[in-house]
Amino acid sequence: MTTMPTTTPSAIGQPLDRVDGRPKVTGSAHYSAEIPLPDMAYAYVVGSRIAAGRVSGIDASAATAEEGVLAVLTHENLPRIAEQPPLVPSLAGTAAPGQTYFPMQDDIVHYAGQQIALVVADTWERAQHAAHLLRVSYEETAPVTTLDQGRDRAYVPERIFGGWIPGRIERGDVEAGLRDADVRVEGTYTYAANHHNPIEPSSTTALWDGDTLLLYDSTQGVNATQMTVSRLLGVPMQRIRVIGHYAGGSFGCKAMIHAHPTLAAMAAREVGRPVKLALTREQMFTSVGHREEQEQHVTLGATREGRLTAIRHHKLSPTSPFDDWAEPSLGTSSQIYACPHYEGVYRLFRANTMTPTFMRAPGEASGMHALECAMDELAHELGVDPVELRLRNHTDVDAMSGFPWSSSGLRECYERGARRFGWSGRDPRPAMRREGDWLIGTGMATATYPVAPLANPQRARARLYADGTAVVQAATPDFGTGVATVMTQVAADGLGMSVERCRFENGDTDLPNIAAAVGSAGAGMISAAVHSAATALRGQLVNKAVADAGSPLHGADPVDVVVRDGVMTAGTASEAYTDLLRRNVQPDAEALGQWNPPAHDIPYGMMTFGAQFAEVAVDAELGLVRVRRMTGAFAPGRVLNAKTARSQLMGGMLWGLGQALLEANHMAPDTGRWANSSLAEYLVAVNADAPDVDVELIEVEDDIVNPLGVKGVGEIGQVGVAAAIANAVHHATGRRVRKLPITIEDLL
Amino acid sequence: MRPITYLRATDTASAVTAVSTDPTSDFLAGGTTEVDLLRQNVLNPRRLVDINDLPLTDVEGTPAGGVRIGALARMSDVAADPVVRERFPLIAQALELGASAQLRNMASMGGNLLQRVRCSYFRDAESPCNKREPGTGCSAVEGFSRGHAVLGTSEHCIATHPSDVAVALVALDAQVRTTGPHGERTYAIDDFFLLPGDSPHREHPLEHGELITGIEVPATPVARHSHYLKVRDRASYEFALVSVAAALSVVDGVIADVRMALGGVATKPWRARRAEDFLIGARVQRDDFAMAARVEMADARPTPMNAFKVELAQRAIVRVLDLLSDGTGDGSEPGPGAGSPS
Repeated sequence: MTTMPTTTPSAIGQPLDRVDGRPKVTGSAHYSAEIPLPDMAYAYVVGSRIAAGRVSGIDASAATAEEGVLAVLTHENLPRIAEQPPLVPSLAGTAAPGQTYFPMQDDIVHYAGQQIALVVADTWERAQHAAHLLRVSYEETAPVTTLDQGRDRAYVPERIFGGWIPGRIERGDVEAGLRDADVRVEGTYTYAANHHNPIEPSSTTALWDGDTLLLYDSTQGVNATQMTVSRLLGVPMQRIRVIGHYAGGSFGCKAMIHAHPTLAAMAAREVGRPVKLALTREQMFTSVGHREEQEQHVTLGATREGRLTAIRHHKLSPTSPFDDWAEPSLGTSSQIYACPHYEGVYRLFRANTMTPTFMRAPGEASGMHALECAMDELAHELGVDPVELRLRNHTDVDAMSGFPWSSSGLRECYERGARRFGWSGRDPRPAMRREGDWLIGTGMATATYPVAPLANPQRARARLYADGTAVVQAATPDFGTGVATVMTQVAADGLGMSVERCRFENGDTDLPNIAAAVGSAGAGMISAAVHSAATALRGQLVNKAVADAGSPLHGADPVDVVVRDGVMTAGTASEAYTDLLRRNVQPDAEALGQWNPPAHDIPYGMMTFGAQFAEVAVDAELGLVRVRRMTGAFAPGRVLNAKTARSQLMGGMLWGLGQALLEANHMAPDTGRWANSSLAEYLVAVNADAPDVDVELIEVEDDIVNPLGVKGVGEIGQVGVAAAIANAVHHATGRRVRKLPITIEDLL
Repeated sequence: MRPITYLRATDTASAVTAVSTDPTSDFLAGGTTEVDLLRQNVLNPRRLVDINDLPLTDVEGTPAGGVRIGALARMSDVAADPVVRERFPLIAQALELGASAQLRNMASMGGNLLQRVRCSYFRDAESPCNKREPGTGCSAVEGFSRGHAVLGTSEHCIATHPSDVAVALVALDAQVRTTGPHGERTYAIDDFFLLPGDSPHREHPLEHGELITGIEVPATPVARHSHYLKVRDRASYEFALVSVAAALSVVDGVIADVRMALGGVATKPWRARRAEDFLIGARVQRDDFAMAARVEMADARPTPMNAFKVELAQRAIVRVLDLLSDGTGDGSEPGPGAGSPS
C-alpha cells in the first residue's frame, strides 16, 4: 500500500446539499432520453405476446406503409451480433450483459415481452402507432413460469449469479447439528417477484458519426455499457463513447447492460439517423430484469440457552433458459451468526422468463427476511428477547471463513437502535396491546450487506487551474445516489480546498475508468479513486513548492505542510496554490489517481451491519397492516455526507416496507405473462404509507475496505426491514405470515 | 398513438351533434383515464371532442336539501363543497379517498361515472377480453383475479367497477341527467350501471353522443350521518378491494333508516338492498349487522383468488355499521395512530 498525505476531513461528512439539485429541479439536467439531436428518429420496441413458442410470421406491410416509418427490424433483418459476452456482474468491470441471450437472432420466443421487433419512425408517436399495426403470428407452446410448475424439474446449479457463487455452501454436519439441538424451528417462506420501477424508465440515444458511436445511456456504469455494446456489435472500444450524466434511479435494473442500448445503436446504423429508444413503463417489467419469485426453507437448531447449533437454508427459484441466476439469498445466513453447522442449497428450474437481475439488496432482502423471521420464532420458542438471542449468537469473525470482520459495529447498532426505539421492557407476549380497532406490535431484525469484492483498479483524475479552481473527474454516472455531491466533498478534502472551488465531472467514458457503481460499492470505490487523485495532486503541488527557491515554503519538509482553502502552510510560512502556479507561469497541474482494491483472499470478512426496529398497527378484522414507526441503526463505515447517506438509508427502509406489505408482481400461470405491469397495479409505498423513519448512524473505522473506510449505504437500509415488520405483525396478532408481501387475505 | 383529431366544443348542443353524428368521435373531459387508454390502444376514436369549456361545473344545494352537481365539476371541487360536506359526508369522503390529489383536480364527475375498469386483461389491449373485443372470451375468469368482482358477475366478465363516488351516489338514489341526439333524459343511477351479462361491452344505457350533463342527489336526511370506508392494501392511491358507503339513523335503539352500497366487490356500484331490508327496524346489535352482511353477500361467486373479498366485505359492512351506530361515523377514515416508544 502506498502512503499518501494525511487528510483532515472538513468537507467529508458534512450534510452538503446536492450539487446537482438545482439543475434537476429546474429541468436543465438532461437525462438520456432528453438529448436534443437534429434529425432524431425514434425506436419503439415490440414485445412478444406469448411466453413460449416461436414467431411464425410478422406482416409489417401496414406498419411500413405509415407515414414517417423508417424501418421495421425483426429476427429476419436485424443484424446478427458479433459475439455474446458471458454474464458477469458489472462490478467486475468487464462486459456485463443482463443475460446471455440477444433478441431477434432467431424466431424462438423464450418469455413474454421478449423483443421481437423494433419500429423506427420520425416521431415517437408514429413509431408507437406503426408498432401496433404489425401483424404477428405465433406458434404457441405451454409456458413454465411459476414455482409450482417448475418444482419437480429443479436442479442444483454448480454456480449462480454470473458464476460468482457456488450453488451449495456447507460447513460441519447440519444433520448432526439439528440432531443435537434442544429446540428446532422450521418454516417455508415465499416471495413474490419484484420489479425495480425507478422513476426514469431506461433509455438510450444513439448517434453514429461514420464508424464512431456515441451513446447517451441511463446506466449505473457507462464503461459497462461501452464494453458490452463493443462486444455485441464488434465495434472497437476506441470507437464507442458513452455518456450518462444522470439516471433517474435504478435500484439494479440499470446495473447490467440489457439489450436496448445495442438495439438503439443497431437501429441508428440502419436508418442513418440518431435514434432514441425509450422503454415504456410496461416494457420496464419485461426488459431489464427483476427479483425472481422464490421460496426459501429455513431450519434452525439451538440449545436451550439459545445458541445456534445448525442453520439449514434452501431456496427454489425460476431462472431463464440461458443463465443459472438466483439472487444470493443464502450468503449472509452462513456468515453472521456463530453456528458450527451450516447448509445452504440453491435449486433452480428453467422457466419462460428473462434472466432475473440485481435488485436492491439482491439476496439479502429476501434471505435475511427468512433467517430473521426464523430467529424471531426461535426467540419466541425459547422465551428469550429477540435482541438478546442475536447477541448470544454474535460473532466477531465471519462464521463461514473464520476471518475477523474488517469492522463491525453490530453490537452498537443493536444497543443504540433498541434505545432510540424504546425496545427495552417490551412485553414479548403476542396480541396483548390494542388501541381501538388496532392491535399494536413491535419487531426487530439484523441487517447485513456484504462489502462487495472488486476486481479491477479504479481511477480518477484531478486538475487544478491557476485561478484556484479544480475539476476532478471519473467516469461514473450519478443515478440519484448523490455521488457527484459526495465526490466533490472528497475531492475538496483531498486537495485541501473548499467545496465551492471544486467541481466533480462524471458520467462519460472519456473520463478515467470506474466499474459500474453497484452492490453499494460506488461510494467506497469512487471515493478511493478520487481521494487518490486529489491527494496525489496536492502532493505534487506541495513537492513543487518546497523545491521552488521562489516559494516561502522552500526547503520545508513536505510532511509538515498542511493545506487549507488552497493555501499550503508549514509553520509560519505559507503560499497559495494559485501563487505557486502563477509564479511558475503554469496554467494548471494534474494528477491521475488509482486505487487497487484489496485482494479477494485477504484474511478479513467484509460486511456492513445494522439493526432494524418496527412498530405496526394491525386492524385484524379488516386485515390491514400499517407501519407506525421504524428505527434503523447502521454502521456503514465512514459517512461521506450525513444528509445523502441518511436519505439513502431512509429510502432503503421504505423499500423494505414496500417489500413487506405491497410489492408483488404475479405471473398468470396459463399465459406466462406478468399480471400487474403498471404503477397502478404494482404497488409501491406512497407518502401515506410512510411512517416516521428514524435513522441512526454509527461510524466505525475500517482501514481494510478502502482508503476512507466507506462501506456503503445503498442497500443496507432495506435489509431486515421486512423481517422486523413481519415479526411485529406476529407480536401484534400472534400470527406468523411466512410470505411477502403480507396482504389483507393473509390476516383475515 | 394513432393519428387523431381534436375539436374543442363551446356549447352542449354542438358537442352532442359532433359526437352523435360521427361514430369515431368521443367526448374528452378530464382525460385522466381516457388518455391512458388511448395510448394503450384500448380505445380507438379518430376524433376527440373536448367538452371542458361547457358550462357544466356548478355544484349547488337544492332548496329541498339535495345537491346538483355539474358533470364537469372536478372531483376536488365537489369534495370541498360545503353543502356536499354537510349534507352528504359520504360523497366527500368517497371522493377524497379516490385517486390522488392531482387526478382529483383534473377528473370530472361525469367522467368518474364512466371510467373504465382496471382489469389488466382489459387494459393490456392483447389478452382476450369480452369487454374490449366482444366474443373473444374473458381472461380473468381463469386468470389473475384478486381484485375482481364477486357480485354481479357473469361467465363473460368479472371486472370490478372502479369508482368510489359512484358507490356513494348509488346509496343515495342519485339521478344522472343527460343530453343526447334525442333530447334530455334522466336515469335512476342504479339503472345507469349495467350488469355485464352476455354483453359486458355495454356498461351503461347511453347512446353514442349522449352526454352526461349533471348528477342530482335528492334530499336524504339520513345521509348527514354517513360514512365511506375504503379497504385497500396501500394507504392511499389505490382502488378499493372492498368499500362500503352507508348512512344510518337510529331511534330508540332501532334502525329507522339505512342506506348502503358496496364498491370493489361488484361489476357495478352495488346497492346493498338486501342488507338494508334486513336492517330496517332491527335493533343495533352486532349479530344483526353480521347477519345483514351475510345476507347481502349470499350470492357472491368468487374465484379462488378473490374469495377473501366475501369475508372482507362482510367485516367492512359490520365495521361501518358499528362506526355509525357509535355516533362516530362522520369523521374521516380511522387511522392507526402515530405510535410511540412501547
